[in-house]
Amino acid sequence: MTAPPPVAPLGRLLAAQTLAELVIRMRFPAFSVTTLALPVLLFTFFGLPLVGHTTAGGADLGTVLLTSFAAYAVGQVMVFGFGIGVAIERGHKVDVLVRATPMPPGVYLAAKVLVGMLFALLALVILFAYAAAVGGIRLPAAVLADVVVRLLVGSLPLVALGFAIGYTAGPNAAPAIANLVYLPLAFASGIFLPLEQLPPFVQRLAPYLPTYHYAQLAWNAIGAGREPPAVSLAWLGGYAVVFLWLAAHAYRGEEERKFR
Amino acid sequence: MTAVVELEGVRKRYGEIDALAGVSLAIQRGEIVAMLGPNGAGKTTAISVMLGLRRPTAGRVRLFGLDPTDRRARSRCGAMLQESGVPPVLSVREVITLFRAYYPAPLPADRVIALAGLEDRAPARVGTLSGGQRQRLYFALALCGDPEVLFLDEPTVGMDVEARRTFLDAVRALAADGRTIVLTTHYLEEADALARRIVVIDHGVVIADAPPREIKARIPSKRVHFDTVAALDGAVLEGLPVTAVERSGSQVRLLTAEPEAVLRELFRRGVPIADLEVAGADLEEAFLTLTARPGRPP
Repeated sequence: MTAPPPVAPLGRLLAAQTLAELVIRMRFPAFSVTTLALPVLLFTFFGLPLVGHTTAGGADLGTVLLTSFAAYAVGQVMVFGFGIGVAIERGHKVDVLVRATPMPPGVYLAAKVLVGMLFALLALVILFAYAAAVGGIRLPAAVLADVVVRLLVGSLPLVALGFAIGYTAGPNAAPAIANLVYLPLAFASGIFLPLEQLPPFVQRLAPYLPTYHYAQLAWNAIGAGREPPAVSLAWLGGYAVVFLWLAAHAYRGEEERKFR
Repeated sequence: MTAVVELEGVRKRYGEIDALAGVSLAIQRGEIVAMLGPNGAGKTTAISVMLGLRRPTAGRVRLFGLDPTDRRARSRCGAMLQESGVPPVLSVREVITLFRAYYPAPLPADRVIALAGLEDRAPARVGTLSGGQRQRLYFALALCGDPEVLFLDEPTVGMDVEARRTFLDAVRALAADGRTIVLTTHYLEEADALARRIVVIDHGVVIADAPPREIKARIPSKRVHFDTVAALDGAVLEGLPVTAVERSGSQVRLLTAEPEAVLRELFRRGVPIADLEVAGADLEEAFLTLTARPGRPP
């Protein structure tokens, strides 16, 4: 007879935590319905009427707006999922009990990011399927895959922004803060309305916003961007550093209070 | 053989306050230890340090001879903590399934549910549980990993008498399996009913570490209260086996570990007594007299 292994395999921990995290999110309609249905709804209002119109650059406006709301959807999963999710969890003091178990904090965090990615993917599948069925927008598979990969890779600063909000705000304030941060960012970056239709000062401000470069990264994949992907990625990388620093700072503050 | 838990000169400072002011303690395999003390004595801090949730300011902590944050050490522990929670939207069974996955050789989920007496509530969402059921869930979560040592921080807070009795029976059964139990409480009766060793903590130091019988003899655990004549000469209350005497008008309050001996003596001296009441003393009150003894560090 052999002795039982001294610790559980990390893969099993990650799988179990990811599954639980997925169930938790699904059972928060405020999160699941909002992140999955809102992009479809917004696209219906803002994007569908413009299918068939073309931009000055010759791209189909409906497709541009579909890409916009795809970016909006992924960003929302990240900012709201981590911002509100982590804040609520801190409110319930879930972290204290888990900390006393053999679950390493890194695996715990990894499960959250994984679930964020899965949710983002699900939101994109629903949005693209809807656009194809109702708007007749059929992008080549390679382009679709390109958009999805860009949105997932480029979402790192938004993941970090979510964590920064989640570790700073209380459970009641977090939804308001996430909205107040994310909605104006998305709006001012030309995601709801084309940049040309925004007030002049917003147009001047837009190129400094993380969501602007995030949208540009996606628009570039369908030939409607204003900057090369390398520039978008550089901006997003810079913002990732800033937001990760903020998140780490807030996380360390929390650690000091609870676990030192 | 290495001790299950070992503290050596552990200090824990929060700002200006020493929550633990030099605690040395070794807990051996199979022991049932109650850490007893009034609120704010440092019991919870001691448990947190043993579990690696808090890092000591000075001193050394070992769990199974390892750093307490080591996964190998934590895989052999179960903990019930005061300030903690679980996601309210998961069901009882789902949370138990999740926690079982954290451990290398977990107990079967049904066994955990049965041990905690949660059979009826297994499909219920955690958020719908009553306070007592929630405590039982935390107990279940502490058992998921089939732990060799159980840390229970004020486990019976919020339980009614019946629930407390059932709970203590369950803990006793686990101890009979050879598990080590470390629990904190501020009820002397609870420590007495369960533990074979009581560690009394106050102001961050261990002021007593002995079997329950010895501790009970040292802690003035009963309050004797009666009415007498206002003009009673204070001298007749001298030389009694009490740790505190309080008089206001005709009312007399005595704090003692041996109420029977006190009463026998009072009757022998012919002290007029009316409205006699003997009750369990408030532990805080009892500790005041213990710690106020000369030669004790403040």
